[in-house]
Amino acid sequence: MDTAVSYAAGLLIVLGVILFALGAIGILRFPDFLTRMHAAGKCDTLGGLLVVTGIALYNGLALGSLKIIFIAVFIFLTSPTATHAIARAALKNKLPIWTRDEEQ
Amino acid sequence: MLDFFVWTSVAILFLVLLCMYRVFRGPGVVNRIVAINIVGTKTITIVLFIGLIFQKIDFFTDIALVYALINFIGVLAFSKYFEKKGVV
Repeated sequence: MDTAVSYAAGLLIVLGVILFALGAIGILRFPDFLTRMHAAGKCDTLGGLLVVTGIALYNGLALGSLKIIFIAVFIFLTSPTATHAIARAALKNKLPIWTRDEEQ
Repeated sequence: MLDFFVWTSVAILFLVLLCMYRVFRGPGVVNRIVAINIVGTKTITIVLFIGLIFQKIDFFTDIALVYALINFIGVLAFSKYFEKKGVV
């Protein structure tokens, strides 16, 4: 029983780290701030949620796990809000947006 | 399980180094704020892993919670400031 919970926690953590890696590759490789935000916002939100949930699952039933779950809920609420605020700041100042024609 | 946590923390730290390239070289302010947001979320998970490694998870959970609050408020304040002032 205990090992099964540990394996589930490890699986969640590995999935979260894979999503973090995809977000980092997107941050490095995409050509524009909007596409970078697209990679960063989603991968970072779901990856953080999975890793923090895995840590709470490994910690077991305690009062500390409730606080860790609270951190997960907080990441899930605030990370899209921050991404939205950055995108609004960029769009209101009319930054140049990448299109496919610039590639040639 | 302890080795797993240590190596996962090292992997996340390597991803933080990859994101720091965008922080230093990113053209303009917006790319830097996005990359700093990512680095902050990864730092929260690293702090929780440190708490698991040193067996003091209750202590490090509070630090991670405060770090999440400061990260969110900082990114929001920077984006509001550059929205008013004009992005370089």
